[in-house]
Amino acid sequence: MSTLTVSSAPGAHALAGAQKNMPPPRKFRISGVLADRVFALLAHAAAWLTLATLAGILVSLVIGAWPAIDAYGLGFLTNSVWDPVKDEYGGLVMIYGTLATSAIALLIAVPVSFGIALFLTELSPGWLRRPLGTAIELLAAVPSIVYGMWGLMVFGPILATWVQAPLQKLFSGVPYLGALVSGPPVGIGILSAGIILAIMIIPFISAVMRDVFEVTPTLLKESAYGLGSTTWEVVSKVVLPYTKTGVLGGIMLGLGRALGETMAVTFVIGNMNQLDSLSLFAAANSITSALANEFAEAGEGLHQASLIYLGLVLFFITFVVLGLSKILLLRLQKNEGARS
Amino acid sequence: MNGSMIRILVSGAVAAAFAGGAYAQQEATGAGASFPAPLYAKWASDYNKATGVRINYQSVGSGAGIHQIDAKTVDFGASDMPLEDKDLAQKGLMQFPTVIGGVVPVVNIQGIEAGQMKLSGHVLGDIYLGKIKRWNDPAIVALNPGVKLPDADISPVRRADGSGTSFIFTNYLSKVNAEWKSSVGVGTTVKWPTGAGGKGNEGVAAFVGRLPNSIGYVEYAYVKQNKMKYVQLSNSTGTFVSPEDKAFKAAAAGAEWNKSFYQILTDEPGKDSWPITGATFILMHKVQDKPMQATTVLKFFDWAYTHGDKTAADLDYVPMPDSVKAVIMKAWGEIKDSSGKAVTFK
Repeated sequence: MSTLTVSSAPGAHALAGAQKNMPPPRKFRISGVLADRVFALLAHAAAWLTLATLAGILVSLVIGAWPAIDAYGLGFLTNSVWDPVKDEYGGLVMIYGTLATSAIALLIAVPVSFGIALFLTELSPGWLRRPLGTAIELLAAVPSIVYGMWGLMVFGPILATWVQAPLQKLFSGVPYLGALVSGPPVGIGILSAGIILAIMIIPFISAVMRDVFEVTPTLLKESAYGLGSTTWEVVSKVVLPYTKTGVLGGIMLGLGRALGETMAVTFVIGNMNQLDSLSLFAAANSITSALANEFAEAGEGLHQASLIYLGLVLFFITFVVLGLSKILLLRLQKNEGARS
Repeated sequence: MNGSMIRILVSGAVAAAFAGGAYAQQEATGAGASFPAPLYAKWASDYNKATGVRINYQSVGSGAGIHQIDAKTVDFGASDMPLEDKDLAQKGLMQFPTVIGGVVPVVNIQGIEAGQMKLSGHVLGDIYLGKIKRWNDPAIVALNPGVKLPDADISPVRRADGSGTSFIFTNYLSKVNAEWKSSVGVGTTVKWPTGAGGKGNEGVAAFVGRLPNSIGYVEYAYVKQNKMKYVQLSNSTGTFVSPEDKAFKAAAAGAEWNKSFYQILTDEPGKDSWPITGATFILMHKVQDKPMQATTVLKFFDWAYTHGDKTAADLDYVPMPDSVKAVIMKAWGEIKDSSGKAVTFK
């Protein structure tokens, strides 16, 4: 911009011909300054808007849930009765369902995603990498309702015949484990929902893991190989320590998705408000599923307020999960500093 | 050139605004129950072809429909459960039934054909209470002499979402099973003692189709279209009936529509009556701020009652008997504009 100001100085007649097609420089400068300010303002506004939306959602959730918070307090979280006819509500069943299905999903998805990412970055022949990577990413593009229908129609029966029935035979009579697999093997319930969720979050976790594995400097890896390390040693001692932040971030991304997933879970969880049996095969309910099923028909008053309270609890759970992951990462980084 | 361009644009916008204004008078919006939604949509498209008037119907669920008409965001609401007369008076609403539907228990048991299994309301209640657990329970065997029943657990299936179907079903069970009434009660969602929940009629139908030895309940239209294995039920006179148009009509004819439109058609008298029958309702404000809109809505339903029976039957809904239609049209006289003049619909 400063060059433009110089060129427009009165003495520069030689440039007059070229200047004809140029906009007056003074105007140009003002508009530049103005644009800068407008841009800064917009960027600020965008950032504040996000914060305001977050606060707005939180406030409206609290207001909406207030009748239920007022009536039950924190006892809502430990009460397992959900009876719209008698107007009595407790959220324990749904909270347990949400946490249990997400835990099962992580238990399955993390090792599998790790395997996928490892294979794609370290072991796979070059010609297979791209098609396989794309195929896994495509899994993330399948709409969740399709997973739900597939889970109910196709996967449920397979699970009932080939997994639940054999497991029951194996564990019958064994304390605790036997109780975990009791009940009619119908292919719906906590376990089915957890497995469907695992399939849904594998592409997210594995994509992030693959990307961070790929950024590990070749120099480090080649050096380790040069010292005679096996592939496993390279992965566990070089790649993983180098990428743990990214790996953890990927897992948290998957967990967030699992906690909030609605449609697929509604189809296969069975939507039964019970905690009499802790069996993984028993029909249960999750927060999102209860909201999706009951909100449209819930009358004003405690029923609606209790559903919104459940939403608030889910908000809180996600918040805690995010917070914990941040703290975990900070810890890891601190240790890193101490060691070096 | 720019000027002429602007002039064209402005005149176009003005013309569009005028057209929009004229159009708005010929348009009405409703929202509510999902059960009659396919029928209202078909009626609306037929009516649009016949008259050019557009009726928009949003299928949002009965509860939401009541909210919306209460808040006056729509011209009519729709609900699968009638409101009690005192609630109507309090909200300043009136209601009238449009079509009848039946809720039908369906089973999936190997070797049992449609209509072969017979159940009573009390036994049905005990199954959903979890008291009768196996298909060869003496209570079921006694109702089905000569039918080979499996020695297997019953898997009851019910609606997971709040729905008018569940309301009619639980209302029936409360009338015929005292324990159901005291421990569970009536509602669009209740605290189900047992069973798996499917989302929507299609969800329940899918569960029953997939789970061996299961029992569920779905709308009649679903049974017919998917050729599901329905159950015969004993009605209030002890006669076993199959779910058919005439059984639903018999149940509707027995109700006292003259007294009030608050009629839940479960466990009705008459030996041909299907015991789990229910009508679906339209809700409108008694005092109309926009009488033109009310006229549009009433004209539409007038047309539907006169020309829409065949469409209803094609979609497996049961039209109201003519005697009831006459009572409904008389009741429309209650809908008035703010000056107290009855809204016209002819």
